[in-house]
Order: sequence, then structure tokens, then C-alpha cells
Amino acid sequence: MTAERLPTDWKSDAMRRRIARRYASERRFKAAGLLAVALSAAFLAFLLFNMLGNGLRGFTRTEIAVKVDFPASPLLLDPNAITDQALANANLPMVTGAVVKKALGADAEEWVSPTAWIVLRDAIKADPKILSQTVTLKLPAATAIDLAAKNKGSPEAEAAMARLDKAGLLTTGVNWGFLTASDGTDPTQVGIWGAFKGSLLTMLVTLALSFPVGVATAVYLEEYARKNWLTDIIEVSINNLAAVPSIIFGLLGLSIFLNFLHLPRSAALVGGMTLALMTMPVIVIAGRNAIKSVPPSIRDAALGIGASRVQVVFHHVLPLALPGILTGTIIGMARALGETAPLLMIGMRAFIATPPGGITDPATVLPVQIFLWSDEVSKGFVEKTSAAIIVLLVFLLAMNGIAIYLRNKFERRW
Amino acid sequence: MTGPAILLLLAGLGAIAWVSARARAMRLQNVARASGRRDAMHSLPGYHGWYVALWTLVPAGLFLAVWANIAPGLITQEVLSSPAAQSLPADDFSRFAILGEARAIATGMQAGAFNPLSQGLVEPYAQAIGKYGFAGAALALVLAFAGGAYAFTRVRPDFRARTRVERLVMATLLIASLLAIITTLGIVASLLWESFRFFTMVSPVDFLFGAKWSPQSAALGYGNDDAFGAVPLFWGTIFIGAIIAMAVAIPLGLMSAIYLTQYASSTVRKWMKPTLEMLAGVPTVVYGYFAALTIAPALRDFAVKIGIHGASSESALAAGLVMGVMIIPFVSSMADDSIAAVPQSMRDGSLAMGATTSETIRRVLIPAALPGVVGGVLLAVSRAIGETMIVVMAAGLAANLTLNPFASVTTVTTQIVQLLTGDQEFDSAKTLAAFALGLVLFIVTLLLNIVALRVVKKYREAYE
Repeated sequence: MTAERLPTDWKSDAMRRRIARRYASERRFKAAGLLAVALSAAFLAFLLFNMLGNGLRGFTRTEIAVKVDFPASPLLLDPNAITDQALANANLPMVTGAVVKKALGADAEEWVSPTAWIVLRDAIKADPKILSQTVTLKLPAATAIDLAAKNKGSPEAEAAMARLDKAGLLTTGVNWGFLTASDGTDPTQVGIWGAFKGSLLTMLVTLALSFPVGVATAVYLEEYARKNWLTDIIEVSINNLAAVPSIIFGLLGLSIFLNFLHLPRSAALVGGMTLALMTMPVIVIAGRNAIKSVPPSIRDAALGIGASRVQVVFHHVLPLALPGILTGTIIGMARALGETAPLLMIGMRAFIATPPGGITDPATVLPVQIFLWSDEVSKGFVEKTSAAIIVLLVFLLAMNGIAIYLRNKFERRW
Repeated sequence: MTGPAILLLLAGLGAIAWVSARARAMRLQNVARASGRRDAMHSLPGYHGWYVALWTLVPAGLFLAVWANIAPGLITQEVLSSPAAQSLPADDFSRFAILGEARAIATGMQAGAFNPLSQGLVEPYAQAIGKYGFAGAALALVLAFAGGAYAFTRVRPDFRARTRVERLVMATLLIASLLAIITTLGIVASLLWESFRFFTMVSPVDFLFGAKWSPQSAALGYGNDDAFGAVPLFWGTIFIGAIIAMAVAIPLGLMSAIYLTQYASSTVRKWMKPTLEMLAGVPTVVYGYFAALTIAPALRDFAVKIGIHGASSESALAAGLVMGVMIIPFVSSMADDSIAAVPQSMRDGSLAMGATTSETIRRVLIPAALPGVVGGVLLAVSRAIGETMIVVMAAGLAANLTLNPFASVTTVTTQIVQLLTGDQEFDSAKTLAAFALGLVLFIVTLLLNIVALRVVKKYREAYE
């Protein structure tokens, strides 16, 4: 005989405690989940604010107002014959040094940037009449003063900065040079134009190679391929390539493109080819999904009115799948734009101070430029690195935004 | 004739071929239609146009591609047999230097000669380049005309131009898809070949099981085989990628996925999911910079404060933490997929029995989704150990076998970058070691992926 089982007494203290415990555990679990999401988002926010905080200063520069008394300066120039050649012969860097010394004191020559003479040159070119006048020009400050003004520099620089600031000579201006110059040795004169152009050329090569090949592969596998061993091998290869670490593609580029085919080192051509191999599987996979989502009724209808199999694909399926393919392509290109490791392997880490003129010239790209600047000892490079990161992130964000827009605008529910 | 000019000319010829063949086919079509036979033409006029244009362009293009590869050799031979070349030095190196300079001057890439010998070769070079350039262009044009004329004669009402054109399209598609195989083969072949050369210098056993890694000393000549023991590298890679990074990514990723799928309102979910996915879109060089500049110094100061010895500013912990954050969206989307794949009836059953939501998740959903989650974690590990920039910038170069997360360790990818940037002597064991490391990395990531995909697939089948 078993004891008769009584109904649970939900009002008893034991049961109340048990339910309270279970609910508390439920709340803890939910809080843990919320905490995980919040932590991840907080990290992202911290990263972005950190970069913004450091990087926005990279777009500005500290300028020192210097009174330039041209008639009294050692400058020998005929106001009526200002040519580029005459300006080049006038030894403007020396003149600038003398002018700054005269205006601010003997130790002031190293307070202005080595590129300050460019301001003088542009001022003379814009208006040769100033050669007979005394004008106030805003010269870019040297790295030490720049750092002291923006953040915290060495004691001497801080002292000099305080003196200049007291005299009301310091202003902050937009550093246009950061967008138009290339790599250099002094943080006040570096810019991202060279790296940006390198990225652009590399991406063009990548797109020109990976898009046609990727789309053709996707069309073949999805529409025409028979189920046989060759198709299986192609599919396995593509899935593997999508999972291979990017640095392995760099090793491939190094040993095949550079050492075997003897293509030019550090060039956008080789960089683009290497990244194209990486991007192609992404485009193939996105393309197959887009083609798969076109309903079979479209194909049947086209075949039914007498289209050939090639016509069905090129006249009907591909145009309908194109938004999906483009979205995948943009996402793949965004990944390639941020890629660094394979490009280091093929020699794109060289110091290159002039923007590349073509796809076979030595070039560098934005992420590699960031990597190179992050290795620099000079403190002035910290804000330049973060500023370059901001530029890169803005481009990635824009590309992903376009991809999302395309998807939302053209996505169809069949 | 220069390259771009001949290509332009060919393109023009192709266009003319397309237009004229299409016009001819149209005329034939009109004649056929006038006689009341609507089905007389097999293909549309456009296909006839394409057929003739392709016959014009493809043979000439193929010929030019071959010619571009053999012409430089022919030109060099021609120059070497010229009287001016008799005075060249006998050793290959200086001879090719002079030849290269003469070629640069002859093609206008260089203004003047450094070596007086090359000045004398400029004239023969220019002549040879002109001669072979003209011959190539002439042959290509002849081929284009011959191909176009042959195809043009075949434009007839019953000619199946469409079938031919479509066959070529299909062949192009097939060749494009074969590129994936060629790439895979290229990776495997280059890794295997360079690793084979490495293993003729260093025994594979020493490489795989040796505990001392210092390739610099081997390159300087006073090292021995022991310097290529890769165990510290493997340990560093596992320590950072599979232990520290996963200790961050698995709890955060899994809990995020659970919260967003099971608890969050649809508005929160709509905004937070793309936000978390942004973590995967940030370039790795940015993470590396962040780890090296912000996280690592903070961790070192913390370690010094609590009195840990051997704290380095390039710590395993800094690299691992940041890498873990990068992997969060990866783990979370895999977990999301596998939890969504658990049949609704199982969750409803559990809730109907009176279980709370968290009890349902912990006792029913996660056990049922476990194979999928494990597969996702394996994929994440394979992603983490192949990651390069974060560890290059934040993890350091010292090959330590240590359990201290505040110490500096090095990884396989860091060493590959380190060995291959700098001098490029392609015969030293130092550079070839990078390919051996690459081979190990390739094999391990491949195995992880295969196992992971198999686990995920098997589990999906279980509920279908």
C-alpha cells in the first residue's frame, strides 16, 4: 500500500520559498543576458569613443601667428617675377626660420613645423604685393608644440606653449594636409592621400577580378552544373577558401605571384589579386543564395515561351538576383578594404612617400598605413593613427550602409 | 605598334564584325519573312553578330596573349646576336643588367644610360622591339580577319549561331568556377613545396615537438636545429585564441544570443543585433591598435598593482580579450541559429510543465542546441587562431611557454609575419619556416572547419 499522495500545498512556507528562489534565479539569468549584451555594446562604444577622442585631434593642427616683415627678411625675390622656379630658388625654409626667430625669439625656430615654409610660399604666390609689407601669417606648429597644445607634451614644449598662448598667438586650424599628403617622417606633415589612393587602386583590381569570376561561378553552380565529382570538388574548394585564414592567402600571393610569376612587389596589382582570391568565395556564396531565391516559376515561364537556358539566366534570373549579388559583393569588398595581414606578406609595408600613379607602382593601403603609424615611436603619430582609423571606419560604415540600403530597397518577397 | 593601340584596333574590328554580321542576318531574316516563312532563321540576328565578333576577337586575343609571353625572349636573342652585343661581359648577372638598362632606354622608361655598353645596345633593342611588335600586330590582324571572314561566310538562315555562342558562354562559366579549385591547389602546392624545402633543412620532429624557438640566431649562423621548435608558438596560439578569447566570447556570445532571442522586445532586438554585428565588421588592425594602445598598458598597470611578476606590456591577456570581443558576434549568431532550430514543441512542453523561462532555456533549449553551439565554437576557434593583426600588434614576439596571462607569448601568425617581413632570402630556413607554420595553420583550421560543419549538419538532420 502506498500512502495517498496529497495535493501540493502551494501556500506552505517551503513552497513559497522554493518559488521565490526559482523566480530569483530567473531574474538573475535574465540580468546576466542583459549584462552580456550591455558589455558587448559598451566595448564597441568604448572603442569608437576612444578612436574618436584621439582621432579628431588628428584633423586639426595648432597654428602660431607669426608677424612676417618681408622687407626686413633675408628673402631676395622680385615681386614682379614670381614663378615657381624663383620660389624654389629662394630657399624659403631658411627664410622661414629667420623670420620666426626674429618674431618670437632665438629658440623659436624649432617651434614651427618643418613644412611651415609652404604657408609662406602660398601667401607670396597668392599676392606678391605682400613682399613689401608686414603681414601676420599662421604657421603650423611643430609636433612638440602641437602635442603640448592638444594634450600633454614635454616640460620645455609646455613652457613654450604657455608663453605663446599667453601672447595670444596660438590658434587651431583644420589640417587639410592630412587629407592631401602622403606618408612622411614628421607627424605634422603626414597624410592619408597616398594610402587612400593605394586602397582605391587595390579595391579596383579586386573588384575587376572577383566580381565577374564570382558571379560566373555562382551562375554555373546554381543553374547549370550537373551533380558530379567535379561540381563537388568546386563546392568543397569554395567553402574551404571562405574559411582559410587571410594570412594564408598572403603566403600564396608571396610564393606564386611574387616569387613564381615575378609580378612587381608592393604593387596594388598583386594586392588586388591576393584580396580577389579572398573575396571571390564571399561573392560566390552570396550570389548562389541570391540566385536560389529567384522562384522557379520565372525560369519555367521563360523556358515555356522558348528561351534557351542561357537566355533564361541572363535575361531573367540574373537581373532579379542582382541586388542580392551586389549586397554580397559590397560586404566582401568592405572586408577586403579592412584586410591587412595578406598585404604585409606581399611587401606592402614599405615606406612610400608618393601616391601610386598606377596599379604596378609601389603602394600602401589604409589599414597597412594604420599598422605602420601605430609602430612609430613619435607621440604625434598616435592621433594620426586614430584619425586614419576614423577615415577607414567611415568608409566601411558607408559601404555597409549602401549594402543595407540596397537590400531593403530591392529585396522582394516572392 | 603598341599594346593599347592594337587592342583598341581589335575591339574596333570586333564591333564592325558584330554590326555587319547582324545586318546581314537581318537582311536574310527579312528575305525569309517576305517569302512567308517565319521560322526560316534558327537564331536571332544578334547571335550571328556575336558569333562573328567572337571569331574575330578570340583567336587574335589568344595569339596576342601567347605572343606577349614569347616575344621578350625572341627580342633578347635578336639583340644578343647583333654586332654591338659581342663586347658584353660574359657573366650572366652584369650582362642582364646591361640588357635591362638598354631595354628601359629603348622603351622610354629611362632617360640616359649609366653603363656606356648599354648605350650601344639601345639601337638594336629599339629595332628588335619594333620588328617583333610589328610582326605580332600583323599576325594578330591577319588572324582577326581570317576568323571574322570564316565566320561571316557561315551566316545563313539555318546556321545555329545561338548554340555556338551559348556553348562558349557555358565554357567561360565553367572555367571561372574552376578558378576556385586552382586557388585551393595553389595554396596547397605552395605551402607543401616550401615546407618540403624547410623540412630538408630542419627535421619535422624537431619542428613539431621542439620547445625552443629562436629563428634569429639560426639566421645569424650560430643556431642549431633546436631553434625551430614550434611548441611555444602552438601553445601561445592556443592560449590566446582557444582559451582566453573563448573565455570571453563563449559566455558573452551565448548569453547575448539567449537574451536577444528569448527575452528582448522586438525593438531592442532590432537595434542590438546589428550593433553587436558591427563588432565583427571592425577591421582587425583597429582592434590590434586598440589592444596595444589602450588595453595592454591598463592590464600591465593592473598586474603590477596586484603584484604579479613578469607582467609585460604585450600580454597574452590583452590580445586574447580583444580577440574574444571580436569573436562575440560569431558565437552569438551560431548560437542564435541553433537555438532557433530547436522545435517549438519542446519549448512549449517545458513551459507547460510549469518551468520558468530560464529553466526551459537551461534544461531544454541549450542541451538540445548543444551540438550546434559546439560546432559554432569550433568555427570561432578556427577563426581566432588564424587571426593575425591583433596578435601581431598586441601579443609580442617572445616565445614563452607560460601559463601567466600577463606575460608575453607569441603565436603562429605573429611569427609568420615576423619571418617574412624584412629580408627576403628565399633559401634560408628562416623564411621557409614561415611556410611550414602556414601549412600547420592551414591543416588545423581546415580540420576544425570540417569537424564543425559535420557536427552542425548531423545535428540539423536530427530535428528535420
